[in-house]
Amino acid sequence: MAEIAARMIHPSLAFLSDFGNAFDFIFQTREAQTGGVEVGGLHEVWTFTWEHLKISFAAIGLACAIAIPIGLALGHVGKGELLAISVSNVGRAVPSLALIAFFVAYIGVGFTNVMLALVLLAIPPILTNTYVGVRQVDREVIDAGKGMGLRPHQVVRRIELPLALPSIFGGIRTSAVNVVATATIAPLAGVLTLGDYILSANVYGPDGRLAGAMLVAALALTVELAFAAIQRAVSPRGLQVET
Amino acid sequence: MRRGRPVNALLAAFAVVACAVTLAACGDDNKSSDSSTSPSGKAIKSNPDNANTNITVGSKNFTEQFILGEIYAQALQAAGYKVKKDLNLGSEQIALRALKGGDVDGYPEYTSTALTSFFDVQPQAIPKDAAEAVSAAQDKFANEGLVAYPPTPFTSANAVGMLKTKAEELGVTKVSDLKGKSQDLTLYGSPECRQRLDCLVGLEQDYGLKFKKFTPVAIDLRYEVLDKGQADVSIIFTTDAQLSTSDKYITLEDDKKVFPPGNVTFVASKKTADAAGPDLKTTVEKVQTGLTERVMQELNARVDVDRETPKVVARAYLREAGYIQ
Repeated sequence: MAEIAARMIHPSLAFLSDFGNAFDFIFQTREAQTGGVEVGGLHEVWTFTWEHLKISFAAIGLACAIAIPIGLALGHVGKGELLAISVSNVGRAVPSLALIAFFVAYIGVGFTNVMLALVLLAIPPILTNTYVGVRQVDREVIDAGKGMGLRPHQVVRRIELPLALPSIFGGIRTSAVNVVATATIAPLAGVLTLGDYILSANVYGPDGRLAGAMLVAALALTVELAFAAIQRAVSPRGLQVET
Repeated sequence: MRRGRPVNALLAAFAVVACAVTLAACGDDNKSSDSSTSPSGKAIKSNPDNANTNITVGSKNFTEQFILGEIYAQALQAAGYKVKKDLNLGSEQIALRALKGGDVDGYPEYTSTALTSFFDVQPQAIPKDAAEAVSAAQDKFANEGLVAYPPTPFTSANAVGMLKTKAEELGVTKVSDLKGKSQDLTLYGSPECRQRLDCLVGLEQDYGLKFKKFTPVAIDLRYEVLDKGQADVSIIFTTDAQLSTSDKYITLEDDKKVFPPGNVTFVASKKTADAAGPDLKTTVEKVQTGLTERVMQELNARVDVDRETPKVVARAYLREAGYIQ
């Protein structure tokens, strides 16, 4: 149906029917290409999406809990630039696939292990951005705070952290998109995310594979936009005017 | 001298007859060529008539396919054909497209894969008997203008694998023995396995097994999960290198035939098959007679474990079996 409709408008639009079929797959269950079981449909899509979100946000949350304090501390004392930037860059250069393969081979499969691998993937951008965000804070503002009698921890909490927040959230945003995209390969390590549609295309068929790709892309885009909104919301008014 | 004449005449007559017979044999040889390399003579004879035929041998992108591609390519070369190789085609869909598009003239394919992947036969509809599965595939290929040659002796199929110690502890040798025990066992398999009739779904429906947990995992980890004790049961392949290099593992007999037989058949385009003449078929059939499961496991092991190249391994196989010098 979709194909005929698309062809009627213009023959070159026939490829659109592929997308129509992929949407069908998302909303309607059908027999698996290999037979015997029902696949697709909103219920299954939601199950995979939920698992995908769960493992992604668990990883991002844990990465924040580790990277932000370290970044703040290093930024505050102004030391460890090598650690914060160089080591992080090395971390970012390691392909996520290799990271997951390493974890699975040496530690094992399952939710926790895959999540830990994703945490390692998520830490570098957050750490770097936190460090840089703190270092970029105007020295005069910090000196003024010290002059008013703020203790070091108060300088961190009341001046450096708020002023670094836009940068920090920029880092989280980068990490989040990375993690959501990488969680696609989790079914190779025992966690059924949306990637199963892509990795088991023999079962779900080409429609299922395209549906999976569309869903992962949509999820990554949503996460990106959501964090962009948060980033704007947490920017102090003074900084917003500047940029 | 006088007495000798009739003898000479007789000899001459014999000679004429013998020569006629020889000529007839020679002439016959030129046409159907293979009466010279009878089944008993193992070595492949190079036929100069084949020198004008180009054959590009393809394969998919994993060890067993590389080895099979090399074996067929080197054997056909020995038979006198001009052989090129394109041994890294990716999945079966890509390989089939390359074959139909004329990029390759032939490649080895598994009957079960061909039936399910190319011809939409559902796994439970694949004939359980290997020979029937092969002829079903041959018929379907013929409809597509492709020729599927007779199959290899070995079958490359999924199998239920366990550590030998665990199997002995449970006292199981057949898959049906797992009944009543599977609820305490963890099963690991490829992500696809979860919803396939020729994998987890079949084990549940046909054998009535219910495993404690099924965990999807990358295919290359199928032995690691057993070694690490994460998996009690893992889905492995009958021709795996590990089965020949180590006696740690056993496969349970698939007594209810959930896993369809996957013998390899060399598939060529009709055009190539016609152009190449009978040597193509006889050569393909000849070199694969030695390929039992045990031999295929060993060849896979030489590549995967001993890190030899598929080319060297194939050559060694052909030499040891006496197909080439």
